[in-house]
Amino acid sequence: MAQRGAAQRSNDPVPLPGKIPISLVVNGVETALKVAPWTTLLDALRDNLELTGTKKGCDHGQCGACTVLVDGRRVNSCLTLAVMKDGARVTTVEGLATKDALHPLQQAFIDHDAFQCGYCTPGQLCSAAGLIAEGNAKTPDQIRELMSGNLCRCGAYPNIVAAIQQAMGTNS
Amino acid sequence: MIPFHYARANDVADAVRMISADPAAKFIAGGTNLVDLMKENVERPSRLIDISRLPLDTIEPTADGGLRIGALVPNSDLAYHPLVEQRYPLLASAILAGASAQLRNMASTGGNLLQRTRCAYFYDTVTPCNKREPGSGCSAIGGINRIHAILGTSENCIATHPSDMCVALAALDARVRVTGPAGERAMAFDDFHRLPGDTPQTDTNLLPDEIVTAIELPALGFADNYSYLKIRDRLSYAFALVSIAAALELEGGAIKQARLALGGVAHKPWRNTAAEAALRGQRADQASFSRAADILLRDAKGYEHNAFKIELARRGIIRTLTQAAQATPQSQYDKKIR
Amino acid sequence: MTSYIGTATSRVDGRAKVTGEARYAGEFKAIRLAHAAVVESAIPKGRISRIDTGAARRVAGVLDVLTHENRPRMADTDKAWKDDVAPEDGSPFRPLYDDRIMFSGQPIALVLGEDWETARYAASLVDIQYDKQDFVTDLRQQHDQAFVVEKPDKPHGDADKAFAAASVRHEAEYYIPTEHHNPMELFASTVVWDGGGKLTVYDKTQGVQNVQRYLCSVFDKAPDDLRVISPYVGGAFGAGLRPQYQVVLATLGALALRRSVRLVLTRQQMYGLGYRPATIERLALGASANGTLDALTHEAIAVTSQFEEFSRNDTGWAALLYKSTNANYVHKLARLDLPTSSDMRAPGAATGVYALECAMDELAIALKLDPVELRLRCYSDRDQNEDLPYTSKALRECYRQGAEAFGWKARKAEPRSMRDGSDLVGWGMATGVWEALQMPMAVRIVLGANGHAEVFCAASDIGTGTYTIMAQVAADALGLPIDNITIRLGDSTLPQAPVEGGSWMAASTAHAIAATAEEIRGELLALAKRIKDSPLADARPEDVALADGRLVSKLDASRAISIADAMRSGAIERIEKEKTNTFAEDKKHARNTHSAVFAEVKVDEQLGVIRVTRVVSAVAAGRILNAKTAHSQIMGSVVWGIGMALHEETVFDHRFGRIMNANIAEYHVPVNADVHDIKVIFVDEPDDLVNPMGIKGLGEIGIVGVAAAIANAVYHATGKRIRDLPITLDKVMR
Repeated sequence: MAQRGAAQRSNDPVPLPGKIPISLVVNGVETALKVAPWTTLLDALRDNLELTGTKKGCDHGQCGACTVLVDGRRVNSCLTLAVMKDGARVTTVEGLATKDALHPLQQAFIDHDAFQCGYCTPGQLCSAAGLIAEGNAKTPDQIRELMSGNLCRCGAYPNIVAAIQQAMGTNS
Repeated sequence: MIPFHYARANDVADAVRMISADPAAKFIAGGTNLVDLMKENVERPSRLIDISRLPLDTIEPTADGGLRIGALVPNSDLAYHPLVEQRYPLLASAILAGASAQLRNMASTGGNLLQRTRCAYFYDTVTPCNKREPGSGCSAIGGINRIHAILGTSENCIATHPSDMCVALAALDARVRVTGPAGERAMAFDDFHRLPGDTPQTDTNLLPDEIVTAIELPALGFADNYSYLKIRDRLSYAFALVSIAAALELEGGAIKQARLALGGVAHKPWRNTAAEAALRGQRADQASFSRAADILLRDAKGYEHNAFKIELARRGIIRTLTQAAQATPQSQYDKKIR
Repeated sequence: MTSYIGTATSRVDGRAKVTGEARYAGEFKAIRLAHAAVVESAIPKGRISRIDTGAARRVAGVLDVLTHENRPRMADTDKAWKDDVAPEDGSPFRPLYDDRIMFSGQPIALVLGEDWETARYAASLVDIQYDKQDFVTDLRQQHDQAFVVEKPDKPHGDADKAFAAASVRHEAEYYIPTEHHNPMELFASTVVWDGGGKLTVYDKTQGVQNVQRYLCSVFDKAPDDLRVISPYVGGAFGAGLRPQYQVVLATLGALALRRSVRLVLTRQQMYGLGYRPATIERLALGASANGTLDALTHEAIAVTSQFEEFSRNDTGWAALLYKSTNANYVHKLARLDLPTSSDMRAPGAATGVYALECAMDELAIALKLDPVELRLRCYSDRDQNEDLPYTSKALRECYRQGAEAFGWKARKAEPRSMRDGSDLVGWGMATGVWEALQMPMAVRIVLGANGHAEVFCAASDIGTGTYTIMAQVAADALGLPIDNITIRLGDSTLPQAPVEGGSWMAASTAHAIAATAEEIRGELLALAKRIKDSPLADARPEDVALADGRLVSKLDASRAISIADAMRSGAIERIEKEKTNTFAEDKKHARNTHSAVFAEVKVDEQLGVIRVTRVVSAVAAGRILNAKTAHSQIMGSVVWGIGMALHEETVFDHRFGRIMNANIAEYHVPVNADVHDIKVIFVDEPDDLVNPMGIKGLGEIGIVGVAAAIANAVYHATGKRIRDLPITLDKVMR
């Protein structure tokens, strides 16, 4: 493997670009942190803020396990550089429930057994919350299509659709 | 990822100045493709210039009855914009056929144009790839090439452009507005992307110090007779094997104007004006559509694993034109092909 | 007192999973945690002639770079590297052991840094020179070199002769490509340095005690010095049965740094782990005109590595399903320069039964018989491999109920005869079969005077619902509300459990809980008898039960003593019991689960686009402990079957010996839009022979036969028989 970038010949340590202070409102809490330019929002949440509810399933925008809401929109946090989101509002799975009650989607996921291993679940939940906020899904076909960015290897898809319908109040 | 510096551009002029000052820098907006490729060590920018906060996120009607789409409008906002849904439903449909809801929320209009190929060898830094490392060879020719190009290929590269949105933009005769140190210019959509030739490392005719600022659509949106059909290996969240954007303007049973563009078949969204011309004045029927498909695919060339795409494209063209003619556009939700 | 067993109980770990509180292996905290990144081999075979880590070491924040040249000591015998479920024959892979390269993607260096991106960047700077050697990664190129593996399936009669004489013959070759498990969770280990050489290892695994024994053996650790924990596993499907290399490397890193280390593999790197082996299956079926099988030959050629012989039973299933007086089975392995293949959901059966059930469909067509009818005519009430009756076999009922729910009788036999507009409609079916296995297992129960109980066991719940069914069984056995039960799993210090696999966990845990609960009950009774004028003074242990928090006489429900009173009499606050349950050996019966799968596909006639619009899976698997989680297991397996039939294939470029779709964008698994109407039926199958509670297990049976049912449906729709999976549209168009 041709290793470009190995051109450094001296024995001096290779310095890395400095960390940049940013602030995020994470699950309603104003949070200051310092991140390197290459730190993704996903790693910032998991490693810097120890909010490990948001999952890393591929790190390349191919599975949706890392889905969070940024300023109310669902995005793949693995492809989001944290430094670019300075000032943003971020909602993760840890921020869905209130102190007293689960979010209707969380309860619906339990009721419909919309998961097995649970690893894709935080992403599914945040994605579903985004889906409902977007308001473009009315039919099961639309839910299926607009939830297709969230892989579930346990194959809970029909139950996920049913749970989302319950939370949307369209489940007869 | 290699280490890089981060800077935020305050306005378009600032962005152009910053990119001119550092040839190894890259703009970043949605980041959906660039960050992916940086993690693969395929893209190795010295600096990322964050343009995501530039005021290029509006969609406005133009004086000539068209639409001007800011380069930073997210794909999902574009797809669901009332003016796009009403006047350019082909564009809305193509966008919704691509990626996932999350990625569409992130990805910018300009960035969509600049997506790089999904060729596995381009991604795998261990294998030769002329696009990634000019002169190293093309591993896809003679390798795994099921998703690769059948039109406009060269002996140096058979990669495809992966965008869905761009296929619709090509069909709709969009223009790309760019700004560089010398000021603003506009490019016909067909001139924006390149064929690989002997410089496959260069995807587009955008100059290194230019920034895409907007896409302009002409007034004619083909809102009545259009369809976008994407054929892929699973029913969603997969890149196209072949995709077809078809748009017709009908007068009685005859075709007054036709647009036809293909994705997944070439290094750029593939539009063939000769095929469109052959449809003009013809009846909107199977025979006309078949002739157009034959013209479009006349020079198509298959490789070991992708030869099926020629026949798939031929059938897909006829089908999509039929959907357009019958005003029964392909739904991106119900997966039954109408 | 309601019984929980059999009800649709929501997952007891549901709340933890929907709130993000459930922690997986790569998520445990540690002080001074270092992050690791793996450098992989770019070539499939050869030796490392030079490895230069200088540039990587110079990166600020890099703590160390480990290679075979400088790593801490590891064991040097094959025996020490053999985990509990390693293949019998061969030398297990040893990461970073020496300069040998045995597959592309092999880990050859480990960079340890202060954070993940730093480590990953530095990993890209490690410069490696190789002495390359010739290699082969293509089964098609190597199948002539395949060697016969000893299999238990005995031939009977003379299959070749009977085949030659048969009035109707079908002979064909089927192919299943390499598939990867791709659980959603990345393989990860967090090794916590507890000081003094003690380690706590959080690992993604299906067997904490297997990993614990393995690591102690490899690193020469005393059992008390190394504890493995894995409370939640983000899917595994067999990938976590054997300890994977990341746990070795993370441990190496911790030992080298003397601090805690986390290693999370990338999705790409997970293609350097085990996989379902590419398999060539050859079937030769000979039948008489009335539809009875005269001859059956099943030959399989599967992939293994150059250094281990992994082999599973592809060919023995026909003898469990179909009567044939003449049968022959051949199982071969071909060695390729790849990692060792591994168990993946229903290993052997998913592939072997796919081929068998497609062949049966082709035979039915040749015989002009309905596919269900052929199977009924060949139906065997005995396991012909061992010539044994079954503990139970409600497969006939699966066919009947499945066909009825599907509406099979409306099927027109002729291919291409059913349509829905531009779609060709196809209806196909297939049979599924798996084993009803059970293992010795221990459980510890601690019952408090407050009527709360904790149940401890080292078992894993990989998403199957083990926590929940254990809580149900314990609640029933202890006569307590399920909310009073807490299940603790996934810790090597807990009572002994086998790896979570083979569909044996439900039966094994349930009986271990029942056995331990019986001890608890016995102790409570002894305490109850001590109470003055005890209403249970004369009760025999077998005549009392635990219900509603009380010890109750089964003969006279008015005779009862509460758990709290019983404990008070002994002046104790808790009762703790641990018992290992073993199952009585039964060599007189075959033990299997069965299913009938019916699938509807709609195929666009021109474009070949396939949609699986309906699947009915009727399963006979003994007693179903939890209607809800059981349904999910079968439904999820059907989704796997859809993936196997239409999507999944690990694509190699054999010029480089490399996987070219080592990601989860181009290695396609079904997405939500691919999955429509799936109906699961559990056929009633009382069975007091298989084990006292009649439990058979569900983890594998759901996938077996699904790909065949879909392939048969595609044939019925299109008239095209596609025997090479996956069935992609280009094959349909061809």
